Amino acid sequence: MKELKITVKDLNLYYGAKQALKNITINIPSKQVTAFIGPSGCGKSTFLRVLNRMNDLIDHVNLDGEVLIDGINIYDKSIDVVNLRKRVGMVFQKSNLFPKSIFENLVFGLRLNGIRDKNILMETAELTCKQAAIWDEVKDRLDEPALSLSGGQQQRLCIARALAIKPEIVLMDEPASALDPISTAKIEELIHHLKTKYTIVIVTHNMQQAARVSDYTAFFYMGELIEYDKTSKIFTNPTIKQTEDYVTGRFG
Amino acid sequence: MINQSQLAQFEIQPENSSLSKSVSKFAGLKETLIKVFFTLNGLAALIFIILIFIFLFKEGIKAFGHIGLMDFLYLQRLDANNILLRVYEWYPTSEIARYSLVPLITGTLLTAIPATIISTIFGVAAGIYLSEIAHPNTKEFLKPIIELFAAIPTVVIGFIMLAIGATFFNDLLNPLNRLNAFVASIGLSMVIIPIIASLTEDALRSIPVDLRMASYGMGANKWQTISRVILPAAFSGVSASIILGFGRAVGETMIVLMAAGNASNLTTDVFRSVRTMTATIAAEMGEVSQGSDHYYALFFIGIVLFIITFFLNLSAEIIINKMRKKNTF
Repeated sequence: MKELKITVKDLNLYYGAKQALKNITINIPSKQVTAFIGPSGCGKSTFLRVLNRMNDLIDHVNLDGEVLIDGINIYDKSIDVVNLRKRVGMVFQKSNLFPKSIFENLVFGLRLNGIRDKNILMETAELTCKQAAIWDEVKDRLDEPALSLSGGQQQRLCIARALAIKPEIVLMDEPASALDPISTAKIEELIHHLKTKYTIVIVTHNMQQAARVSDYTAFFYMGELIEYDKTSKIFTNPTIKQTEDYVTGRFG
Repeated sequence: MINQSQLAQFEIQPENSSLSKSVSKFAGLKETLIKVFFTLNGLAALIFIILIFIFLFKEGIKAFGHIGLMDFLYLQRLDANNILLRVYEWYPTSEIARYSLVPLITGTLLTAIPATIISTIFGVAAGIYLSEIAHPNTKEFLKPIIELFAAIPTVVIGFIMLAIGATFFNDLLNPLNRLNAFVASIGLSMVIIPIIASLTEDALRSIPVDLRMASYGMGANKWQTISRVILPAAFSGVSASIILGFGRAVGETMIVLMAAGNASNLTTDVFRSVRTMTATIAAEMGEVSQGSDHYYALFFIGIVLFIITFFLNLSAEIIINKMRKKNTF
């Protein structure tokens, strides 16, 4: 395995009295795509949100264990959550662009950091749009409302928006689940390009998608991490029977 | 080929088929009746507004048969040095009746505008607190109390301002008149703050959780999320609450009648007594003889009041719609 980016040790997470994640231990490599698969309610999305502390926003969530990014525990008291989320960007299942112009969506993160220089804002908008392969579609309409874009374009704009604050890790929570096959293909191609620069963790319902885009795959079931290995291994020769049953479509 | 009767065999048959036929015919009639009933109810509001409008105009327009249009602005008369003066006064019962609406309009604005400013600051802040900051349990307890405030009879608020508020501000600020526009606008705020707070809370709460998540996910803190995402996204709702508050301030009668001093001064000083259009109608309508100049003048005030609120709402609606269409704030 390449250089490690995220290390999780013995993580347990509870929603009130209900345990949602049980003893998760996983090492996620830098600048690779890691996919989380598993049936609904298996805890994969919950675990994704652990990685940038989005669970903090939900009441009654408790967790123990360690989550290290570059060797530093992100649940340490000295960690600034706001800073953490700038390093660990997130793309959600449904596109959630702000009801603002395309341009204002792209530079939202920069404006949060107090950057006002028009040139810097414009450069970043262009650069991230090119990274997200949407520049040609939006360059002539940056002042139009973001919500006038098509669903697939909106989702890629969400990715561009997340990239604008130069995160190290990009978390994607079923980014293509609401999209048509062509838009999905575009997003997958995009993920492929992005891994040269970013560490990507993607949650997906779609096993073919995991097989296509990821280097490593983790299979979750009932809050436990059942198996974690190279994607090729998980899909062709899994060690554990449950994984085999799931990836071959026998349940889930 | 399958015909209708064959298909019908697969449906659940009622015991008496002739009854079922009459039921279905009756159901069609019932459907139509229900539709008509709800349509009429929906149109009733429109019909009543039109009727009020017609009545108001029918009576008010007669004022022009008694009083000239310019007389509603000012009265020209010679002063001691034989210089022609324009007098902006409302003295309808004086020997030379003066019907200028100017002091009444400024009086209305002088109570309504400060009240709206105060209420916007506190009302929107309270709405933000309820929707974004308060713990759900606190909110559940606090929101009904704030809304209850709006249910206090305005005569009670007017009385409190008259008896206690005026004295308090008299000692504190030493104004020119004890009862003045400022005291009235504080009283108005007590009614308007709950309205704005409650509607702002509704508007903010309606913003989808996705947008908040997007903002927090980008590393925004709570204040940035509120000011840059939630408030702009709820802009039209919050504006609507403020406009509604202003409309209430212009239309409110009892508080201004009791606390504003009721002297029709032409002034821009909030610490002087003023008389609003509503208070004028309320105070004088009971004593005026029907059919007199004064009577029609009061109806004309009604028209002016109606037109002001109508155009306020209309222009606000247009602005909000434009904003919404552009989707950029």
